[in-house]
Amino acid sequence: MIIETIVFYVFAVVTVAAGVMVVVSRNPVHSVLFLILAFFSSAGLFVLMGAEFLAMVLIIVYVGAVAVLFLFVVMMLDINFSELRAGFFQYLPVGGVVGVILLAELILVFASGAADITLPKTVASPTPPADVVSNTEALGNILYTRYAYLFQAAGLVLLVAMIGAIVLTHRRRVGVRRQRIADQVARDPKDVIELKDVKPGEGASWKSD
Amino acid sequence: MAESNFWLDYILPLLLIVGYILAIVVPIMLSVAIVSYAERKIWAAMQWRKGPNVVGPFGLFQPLADGAKFFLKETIIPSGANRVLFLLAPVIMFSLGLIGWAVIPFDQHLVLADINVGILYLFAVSSLGVYGIIIAGWASNSRYAFLGALRSAAQMVSYEVSIGFVLVTVLLAAGSLNLNEIVEAQKGLWFFIPLAPMFVIYLISALAETNRTPFDLPEAETELVGGYQVEYSSMSWVLFMMGEYANIILLSGIAVILFLGGWLPPFQVEPLTSVPGIVWFLLKTSVLVFFFTWTKGTFPRYRYDQLMRLGWKVFLPASLFWVVVTAGAMHLFGWLPK
Repeated sequence: MIIETIVFYVFAVVTVAAGVMVVVSRNPVHSVLFLILAFFSSAGLFVLMGAEFLAMVLIIVYVGAVAVLFLFVVMMLDINFSELRAGFFQYLPVGGVVGVILLAELILVFASGAADITLPKTVASPTPPADVVSNTEALGNILYTRYAYLFQAAGLVLLVAMIGAIVLTHRRRVGVRRQRIADQVARDPKDVIELKDVKPGEGASWKSD
Repeated sequence: MAESNFWLDYILPLLLIVGYILAIVVPIMLSVAIVSYAERKIWAAMQWRKGPNVVGPFGLFQPLADGAKFFLKETIIPSGANRVLFLLAPVIMFSLGLIGWAVIPFDQHLVLADINVGILYLFAVSSLGVYGIIIAGWASNSRYAFLGALRSAAQMVSYEVSIGFVLVTVLLAAGSLNLNEIVEAQKGLWFFIPLAPMFVIYLISALAETNRTPFDLPEAETELVGGYQVEYSSMSWVLFMMGEYANIILLSGIAVILFLGGWLPPFQVEPLTSVPGIVWFLLKTSVLVFFFTWTKGTFPRYRYDQLMRLGWKVFLPASLFWVVVTAGAMHLFGWLPK
């Protein structure tokens, strides 16, 4: 029990500290790396709570895919670091207000009892104990039965967003020769290669069509 | 009371785990050395050369000599490099090659951590591999290294997707995320027969994940003079190399568990079943490691747009289609496990 508590505080402190470093570090690449550290330690917190499926998915999706793309973009940006710092105090009030609003909302949700585990809608789909059903199975059961339509709807929203992003950014440039693999494979050597027996001193001529 | 419990409950298990870890890591380091020697011998044989044959009998001590050489060389850190990240990158690469082994079942009960989500853990570890390369490329502050890193990031993210779908079909067939149960599910029939197309996709994607020929664009020595490794020397370079080899062995091991029946013998008949499972596992893994070497000695490098085309326009639709076919067939014929 003691060890678990110690491990929890280590992960919690690292998560919060990394979160702060994301905001305050001068170099955006360092920010992204601290963000990855924060994801990692939150995955550790999930494991401590017995939610190993969520922990692994957090790492696969956020660290393995999302953060790679962040890093990819941030590394390619040519950023003037001092310019980036310049507006810090100008944006501080706005950022502060947003933070305060989010905090107030969180307090409201938890103080009003909306997250109470004894609510009827929560009791109707209780989390089975971990030693009976693995939490992968428990999540699958509730996601694909009770919330199947919402799950499908979320998938559709993502699909629309993806298609939208492709449509908005896709350009077909003119004057670029494209490689068509099918055409290349379909080419017959007999049509394009001709073997000639060239006599010495005569040379060869090839009639192009 | 509390004092003695503390030793028995915490320190003893800790020492045991450290012992287990050493028992896994030391043989892996040894096999990395052996694989590096075997590769050079195999390529040499394919090109009608002799390969390493000076140090020790048949050149067997060549990896040791190489290790000593790299250890004695100077570590050069470029003046424009980001020191911390520059040194962190090879460490990340190397440790990612090792931590995946924590969940690999060498035999029925011979596994360090028999976790419920073993296959997801392996997927997570293999998806992290890109960080070592990206960080190395960026921290080197060199154009060649950076180009290599960018290529690698795009490549690994692309092939990750099809590996994910391959894993989904295996999960459908096995009905569990636990690696031991996946192996048990193959008792009647190894999965590479019913899931043959996915096995092929996995092997090719594994080549891309480990940046091996024909997908070694991140290091492409003919155009990028070594890509992300260009600024590395001595031990920091060796860590990259050992990480790469450990990763190759790991991905071969994963393929064995997912498709070739892990520690199971080919047939459940008497002389074969009395052979310990770890022998079968290592034998099958060696065959796949040989496959990696074989391809490197055989194929030319892909062009970058061909690589992207293969990943997104061929493998992604094909694996997605096969997921639907597998799920549909299993539902239709009632083959679903449990």
